[in-house]
Amino acid sequence: MNAPVTPKAFKVVGTRPVRPDGVDKVTGKAIYGPDFVAPGMIHGAILRSPHAHAKILSINTKKAEALAGVKAVITSADFPGQESKVLAGGETSSNQRDIAQICMADGKVLYAGHAVAAVAATSEAIARAAVALIEVTYEVLPHVIEVEEAIAPGAPLLHADMYTKGVEPASDQPSNAAMCFTLARGDADAALARAAITVTGRYKTPPVHQGYIEPHACVASWNADGQGQMWVSSQGAFDIRNTTAAVLHMPIADLRVMPLEIGGGFGGKTTIYLEPVAMLLSRKAGRPVRIAMNRQEVFCGTGPAPGSVADVTLGSDADGNFVGLKVEFWSQAGAFPGSGVHSGVMTALGAYTVANAHVRGWDVVSNIPATKAYRAPGAPQIAFALESAIDDLAVKLGMDAIDLRLKNAVRPGDPGPMRLPHGAIGYVECLEAAKAHPHWSAPLGANQGRGVAGAFWGNYGGPSTAAVSLSSDGSVQVTTGNPDIGGSRASMAIMAAETLDVPYESVRVAIADTASIGYSMLTGGSRVTFATGKAVVEAAQNVRETLVSRAASLFGVDTAEVEWHGGAAHCLSGERKGESLSIGAIAAKAGQFSGTITSEVSINPLDYLPGFAVHICDSEVDPETGHVRIVRYTAVQDVGRAIHLDYVEGQLQGGAVQGIGWALNEAYVFDAEGRMENPGFLDYRMPVASDLPMIDTVLVEVPNPAHPYGVKGVGEAPIVPPLAAVANSVRHATGIRMRELPLSPDKVYAALRAAD
Amino acid sequence: MPQMTFHTPATHDEVAALLAASAGARVLSGGTDLIVQMRSGRNAPSAIIDVKQVAGMIGVRMSDSGFAIGAATPCTALLNDSALSAAWPGVVEAANLIGSVQVRNRATMAGNLCNASPAADSVPALIAAGATCVVVGPSGTREVAASDIAVAPGKTSLAPGEFVAEIRLPARPARGGDAYLRSIPRTEMDIAVVGVGVALVLDASGTCTAARIALGAVAPTALLVDEAGAALVGSKLDDAALEAMAVAVRAAAKPIDDKRGTAEYRTAMAGVLAKRVVAIAAARARNAA
Amino acid sequence: MSKIAVTTSINGDPAEFLCDAGETLLDALRVTMGLTGAKEGCGSGDCGACTVMMDGEMVCSCLVLAPEAEGKSIATIEGVAEGSVLHPVQRKFLEHGALQCGFCTPGFIVAAKALIEKNPDPSESEIRYWLAGNLCRCTGYDKIVRAVADAAAEMRQDQNSQRTAA
Ligand SMILES: Cc1cc2nc3c(=O)[nH]c(=O)nc-3n(C[C@H](O)[C@H](O)[C@H](O)COP(=O)(O)OP(=O)(O)OC[C@H]3O[C@@H](n4cnc5c(N)ncnc54)[C@H](O)[C@@H]3O)c2cc1C
Ligand code: FES
Ligand code: FES
Repeated sequence: MNAPVTPKAFKVVGTRPVRPDGVDKVTGKAIYGPDFVAPGMIHGAILRSPHAHAKILSINTKKAEALAGVKAVITSADFPGQESKVLAGGETSSNQRDIAQICMADGKVLYAGHAVAAVAATSEAIARAAVALIEVTYEVLPHVIEVEEAIAPGAPLLHADMYTKGVEPASDQPSNAAMCFTLARGDADAALARAAITVTGRYKTPPVHQGYIEPHACVASWNADGQGQMWVSSQGAFDIRNTTAAVLHMPIADLRVMPLEIGGGFGGKTTIYLEPVAMLLSRKAGRPVRIAMNRQEVFCGTGPAPGSVADVTLGSDADGNFVGLKVEFWSQAGAFPGSGVHSGVMTALGAYTVANAHVRGWDVVSNIPATKAYRAPGAPQIAFALESAIDDLAVKLGMDAIDLRLKNAVRPGDPGPMRLPHGAIGYVECLEAAKAHPHWSAPLGANQGRGVAGAFWGNYGGPSTAAVSLSSDGSVQVTTGNPDIGGSRASMAIMAAETLDVPYESVRVAIADTASIGYSMLTGGSRVTFATGKAVVEAAQNVRETLVSRAASLFGVDTAEVEWHGGAAHCLSGERKGESLSIGAIAAKAGQFSGTITSEVSINPLDYLPGFAVHICDSEVDPETGHVRIVRYTAVQDVGRAIHLDYVEGQLQGGAVQGIGWALNEAYVFDAEGRMENPGFLDYRMPVASDLPMIDTVLVEVPNPAHPYGVKGVGEAPIVPPLAAVANSVRHATGIRMRELPLSPDKVYAALRAAD
Repeated sequence: MPQMTFHTPATHDEVAALLAASAGARVLSGGTDLIVQMRSGRNAPSAIIDVKQVAGMIGVRMSDSGFAIGAATPCTALLNDSALSAAWPGVVEAANLIGSVQVRNRATMAGNLCNASPAADSVPALIAAGATCVVVGPSGTREVAASDIAVAPGKTSLAPGEFVAEIRLPARPARGGDAYLRSIPRTEMDIAVVGVGVALVLDASGTCTAARIALGAVAPTALLVDEAGAALVGSKLDDAALEAMAVAVRAAAKPIDDKRGTAEYRTAMAGVLAKRVVAIAAARARNAA
Repeated sequence: MSKIAVTTSINGDPAEFLCDAGETLLDALRVTMGLTGAKEGCGSGDCGACTVMMDGEMVCSCLVLAPEAEGKSIATIEGVAEGSVLHPVQRKFLEHGALQCGFCTPGFIVAAKALIEKNPDPSESEIRYWLAGNLCRCTGYDKIVRAVADAAAEMRQDQNSQRTAA
């Protein structure tokens, strides 16, 4: 828990107050997705495909419908027809038709776990029993899981009408490769041929799940007049509303979404699975319908992060200056395209200056659940490959791994991945902080190794709305449309309190439903403290301006003669010089003016800045068993400015541990029929408390000039470095470069024996 | 759907009668396997027989001949019995590797045995320790070796109406020690990739006079590997004896490849863990002298 | 369908409910009794979000059948604070920022309180192993471990000062 590196002159920003929603959450009062109950509600259940790839020949729902207590049964036939249309919002691109087909298979099932039909009944038990009575005849088709097989000639095709986009010349053969995206600069091949030193390798990562502990759940009520309501925990009620309305062909204003507390999302709750199904069941049944997934459904029916195969070749001159980089990777998108290939490509080019580079990513479909955003979508897989290659290069050069990165790190003004110059970025500062940290020079024990890895993550801004209004006693109400997944209410309250110069406790924050405030893009892309925070600050500034002007009128002076501090207006001249009016006193006089002081601000800031991180990992490898134990871990990150220290540190720690899980044990395991073999926490193996050491954090603050308090997004960058940081520590401990995740004991053991 | 019923019998006879009355009746001890299986649909009992109210089913009793552990005694309760923990630390440890504290506050060794998973943690430790089970049924009571309860994954030798009422452990021999180790990818909350239990006896000179080594998760049921024990007997547990023991262990292991580990890895780990676990048991035996 | 009537005690108060034989205690608490503080993250004993105390021992309420609650005393997250006074573990979770989404928090707080009652001075490693049955995907556990250690320290101090005062 190191304090930030740069000092600052704020009263509340950069402190650790208790979050406003805290007591509800430590006493069990907070209402999460699965907790909500609507009067008269009935219960839904979903039938899911046992096959990884099959044609649906027929669905017979008669027996289910006949069961006492069953109120509605639906299949894809109950969905309106869908056109192929890209929907805005979310961190990975989403096609409306694909989303509808993920909610309910249409003609074909594309993964084991794909929804096929749904029932609503007066009890969950009856709904489940009815689901078991639905008869589906399938024509099982050959399936394909791994990307290498999916792009091989003759592979079973998931979508007969899919042609690879982004290739020259355009392809006339349907393919499982949905598209390819390339960024190139200079001549990578020639530069690599000239390079004094090159390293190369093929890296693989399996699909992994976001692993939020709260399973998806929703309650929907769709009335005869076409208006509907939904109570959902999601990363963004507005985008959930828009997507559901699009899929159901509803006017957006006819659907109102009430956000419930969300039990983690990490990108996985940026989309819809249950919502249109519950809506359609509700309309048929004339009752509110609740559907909740169990853990197996979450694993098999929602989108994990894509697996990947990446070929990397990196070359430097004899002094370690990178001269050429070539990356080609294939992203395991799952049943439908859209697996964050763009950000994977950017990851390869974001952190280091390389004059000659050719980076190409392929979006490949196969018969696993359609993948979805997972914290820095697309980046960790590519950073694993690149940062491992850099480590190999450092070994070949005999150079300190941080020095090598410092030598090549992007600095302000250097071209970014899209060639636009980087702004006020702090990668060099992070690397220097890591180098200076006692961890980097601490002695290692027997069988221990130390690894380091860096990260670039673009972050995002985007549309946000916030309102600040004063109560008659001067207490402050902040309202936003962004769910609080990790303490953002506290950050919003801090920024409003700082701007109004009032006590933190006098500011309260509410998260409004979609009918109660203007649109905000979802909570994702590390955007909320930046973009929504900026809207809160602007609204608070407007409120403060109104307070000053009203005070000026009450003092009978010009606004320039009024100073605002300490939550009060101070008169600087005239008869009442030296007098003050508190925020409460001014608010109480609203009747003398044009009413309550309030400001709602909608903005679309795109002047966000990327985040950079450096992680140091010490691991100990049992030479006899291959077990890797993380013994020390430090996460350094340029956070712009930390608004609430605990929740910024918490992002670094949580992201690091998710990355450690990805590195060590997590993976989707499929059987020969393409069914997930480990759809439960016991066998999926996310890290538990006893697997980990403390996660030390260092907050580097290179403020973003475009944000009133200097905020850069912090949520996603921390999951980018750990995969390579862990693998590099294992390389250091054992001398073996492991290029395939997870580094589970059996794999490490096999590598150790192979090296004997 | 016929409705499942729930029973809390008070005597052995009632349990046996309830079990015999319906082929679909299941004993409920801690429920940490049974309830999971019911929820996943793998097990749909017609009747649930909660045996925790039966007199004598919970608790540890010590006598000259050893220990009698009520079949419904939760694993964490074993830790509280200092005599048992001192005599059979390996068994108590093995039972307390199961799941989490929450799980162990409910889970029982009898349930672990009767669930008949090849990877059950307490089973190799019980087998190595020479544990027996008191099996009660409609036609009376019999005592069965712990190694004879499971016959295949998910299948036991219990006849209809029979249940385990008690697990018995002998008194610890002089200079005896036992231990159990397992290999799991994480540190907790994992099913054993391999488990090895050992109980051995040393003489005053440190020579091994008896050794029983049992393996979990390398065959359809836990295996008692006589050759491995024999390799230690007569030795001072020197490197050559340990290597011979490990060779016997690896030869006996007949694992499969599955989501939890490859056959090759399991076989190798059986040997590695066997050496480590013998060292722990031997240290305990020496300290016990 | 005939239901089973269960008479039990929840957070010190007498309680009665009707349930099916195969229903879990977690469902009885959440659905029948409206006590939604205990969460279902997995329904199979793997995540600890449903942790409650039963006769003084912590259990996964998803792996207890509701009829088993007959005659027992059940304590849930809703009963951890005394009126409006938070338990030290709850307060320390807030002070240390030991929750992000908060979904795992009720389970962790019930489990941590049980730990400190058994072991007033747990080491970091003891805290980590005791809480290994509670998954948190947000925090990486660091702040949770610190909050629990700090709560234990504060409770030890309170005990000492009470002893000195007595
Ligand atoms: C999260 C989690 C983690 C786990 N981790 C492990 C682990 O690490 N290692 C491990 O070995 N196991 C593990 N298990 C499995 C389980 O906890 C153990 O097998 C436990 O010992 C079962 O005991 P129980 O009393 O809960 O059995 P129950 O579920 O009550 O019963 C299991 C089976 O045995 C039968 N049975 C129970 N008692 C008797 C009896 N007296 N006579 C006849 N039949 C009986 C039941 O009818 C049922 O078929 C885990 C389970 C969970 C949920
Ligand atoms: S819900 Fe009970 S342990 Fe996860
Ligand atoms: S705070 Fe979200 S799972 Fe723990």
